[in-house]
Amino acid sequence: MTAYIIRRVLGLFPVLFGITLLVFFLVRMIPGDPAVTMLGDRASAEDVERVREQLGLNEPLYKQYFKFMGQLLRGDLGKSIIHKTDVTFDLRQRLPATIEMVVWALLIGVSVGVTIGVISAVKRNSIFDIVGMIGALLGVSMPIFWLALILIYELAVNNKILPPSGRLDAAIFVDRRTGFILIDTLLMGDFYAFGNALWHLILPACVLSTVIMPPLVRITRACMLDVLNQDYVRTARAKGLLEQVVIIKHALKNALLPVVTVIGGQLGGLLGGAILTETIFSWPGMGTWTYQAISYRDYPIVQASVLVSATIYVFVNLGVDLLYTVLDPRVRYT
Amino acid sequence: MATTDLEQLAKQSGLTTRKPRSLWADAWRRLRFSITARIGMVIGTIIILTALLAPIVDPYDPTLDSDLDNARQPPSAQHIMGTDRLGRDIFRRIVHGASLSLSVGVVAVLTAGVAGTVLGLISGYFGGATDMIIMRVMDILLAFPSMLLAIAIVAVRGNGLFNTIIAISVVGIPGYARLVRSMVLTLREQDFILAARMVGVRTPVIIFRHILPNSLSPIIVSATMGIGGAILSAAALGFLGLGAQPPAPEWGAMISDGVPFLRQNPHMVFFPGMAIMLTVLGFNLLGDGLRDALDPQMRT
Repeated sequence: MTAYIIRRVLGLFPVLFGITLLVFFLVRMIPGDPAVTMLGDRASAEDVERVREQLGLNEPLYKQYFKFMGQLLRGDLGKSIIHKTDVTFDLRQRLPATIEMVVWALLIGVSVGVTIGVISAVKRNSIFDIVGMIGALLGVSMPIFWLALILIYELAVNNKILPPSGRLDAAIFVDRRTGFILIDTLLMGDFYAFGNALWHLILPACVLSTVIMPPLVRITRACMLDVLNQDYVRTARAKGLLEQVVIIKHALKNALLPVVTVIGGQLGGLLGGAILTETIFSWPGMGTWTYQAISYRDYPIVQASVLVSATIYVFVNLGVDLLYTVLDPRVRYT
Repeated sequence: MATTDLEQLAKQSGLTTRKPRSLWADAWRRLRFSITARIGMVIGTIIILTALLAPIVDPYDPTLDSDLDNARQPPSAQHIMGTDRLGRDIFRRIVHGASLSLSVGVVAVLTAGVAGTVLGLISGYFGGATDMIIMRVMDILLAFPSMLLAIAIVAVRGNGLFNTIIAISVVGIPGYARLVRSMVLTLREQDFILAARMVGVRTPVIIFRHILPNSLSPIIVSATMGIGGAILSAAALGFLGLGAQPPAPEWGAMISDGVPFLRQNPHMVFFPGMAIMLTVLGFNLLGDGLRDALDPQMRT
C-alpha cells in the first residue's frame, strides 16, 4: 500500500513535467510575435526588438524553457499582457470563486445523482425509474450553456426568483480573507451577505452539477441493481433487517465504489463546464478570466490557467485513486 | 463433415437446423429489437438525410440571407421557429447547420478513433519502451481537462471549423489509445495469437487481421457515443465564438447570437439548443443500443 502510494506520487513527476512542456510549446506555437501584441502594430522595429530582448524571446528555446520553469517554481507566472498585472496575484483572486462553484456543483450533483440512482434501482421499472433514466439521457445530451440560458430565462427573467449573474449584490462589501465568499461572510458574521452569496450561487452550481449528475444516476443505478442481487443482501433481508437498512448499509455502501471513479473521471468535465457556466453567469472565476484572456490573446494568463487546472486535475485524480484503496481493501496494487 | 452429419441427424429426428450467425448479424438482430437503438437510428437517419439533402433541396448562401424588416419575429406560420436578429429564418439555418455539426462530430471521431487505435495497437502489441513513451504522452494529454485543452488548441491555431475539428480530435485520441491498448494486452496472450505467431504470420498481419477485428466492438460503441460528445464540444466552442465563424449557421454560434435578446426573444436561443440536444441524444441512444447489442453481458 505505502509502496503503491510512493510509486503513484513519483509517477506524477513525468506527467507534471510533460504538462509544463506541452503548455510552454503550445503558447510558443501561437502565430505572431508577443512583442508586437504588447506594443501594437504601429510599434517601431527598434521598440519591438527591445521588448523581445526584455522578454527573453531572442534566447534559444531550451534556455527560455529553463527560465520559465525557474519562474514557475518560484510561483511567478509572469505578467498579463493587457492588464500588466501580476498573474499569480490575479489567480489568487480568481481561483477561490471557481473552486467554490465546482465544489457546490459536486455536492449537489453527487447527492441528487446518487439518490435518484438508488431510488431508480430499488423501484426498478417504475414511473420514477423511467423518468429518471430519460432525464439522465437528456442530461448528457444537453449543451450546458443552453440549459444555463433557459434556466436564466425561466428563473431570473420571467420569474425573478434567482439572480441572473454575479457572485454578490454590488452594494454588499465583503472583507476578503480566504477568497471563498461563503466563508468570508461567515467570518464577518454578516448573515445577510452570506444568504445573498448563497442565493447567487444556487443557479450556477445547479447548472454545473448537471455535468456529473446523469453519469452518476446511471452508474449508481447499474451498480445498485448488481449489488441488490447478491447473496449477502438476501441474507440481510432474511435476517429481517429493515429495508432501508439493507439498502443503505448493505447495498449502497458496496455500490459506491464505481461512483467514486465516475466522480474522478468527471472532474475534467466539471472544470471545462465551469468555463461555460462562469462565462454565462459573469462569475468572476478562472473560467471568465481564461475566456477573456483568449479573446484578447493574453497568453501569460492562458498559460497560467491551463497549467493550474491541469495540475489540480492530476492531483485530484491521484486523490481519487488513493481513496479507492482505502475504500476497497480487496483492491491490491502490485 | 461434422456439419452434414449433424444436419442429417437433425433431419432424421425432425428438427430444423439454423445457420450459425456471425457476431455482426447477431448484433444487428439485437439492435433492431431494441427500442432505444431504434429511436437513435431514426433520429440519426433524419439528421444525416437533412445534412445531405438540405443543400440540394434548398440552396443556401448565409451571406445573402437577411431580411431586416422581419428581424426577431417570434415563431409563426411563416417562420415556424421565428427569425433571428438579421431576420433570417431560424428553422432554415438549423437545417443547414446540420451538416456542420454532423461533419465535425463524424470527422473528429474518425480522426481520433483511427489515430488512437493505431497508437493503442502499437503500444499494446510491442510493449517496452515504445509502449511507455506512447502511454506517457497520452497520460499528459489526459491530464488536461478536455474542454480546456480544446480551447487552448483553438486559441493557438486560430478560430474556425477546421481548427475545431483538430482540437476535438486531439483531445479524443488518448481515450481510444487506452481502450485499444487494454484490449490488445488481453488478446495478445491468447492462444490463437500464439498459434498465428508460431506458423510465422507477420506482425502487421497479426495486428490488423487477428487483433484489430477482435477489439473492434468496444471501439465502435465508444466512437458512436463520442460523436455526441464531439458535437457538444463543437457547439461549446462555437458558442464561445471559437468555432465556425459567422455567418455560418453553426448551432452553438446561433445560440450565442441570441443571448443579447434572451429577455424578449428566447426562441432565438431555444431552438438551436433543441437541435443540438436531439442530435446528441440520437447518437447516445444508438451508442447505448450498440453496446447492448455487441456485448450482451454488459446489458444493464
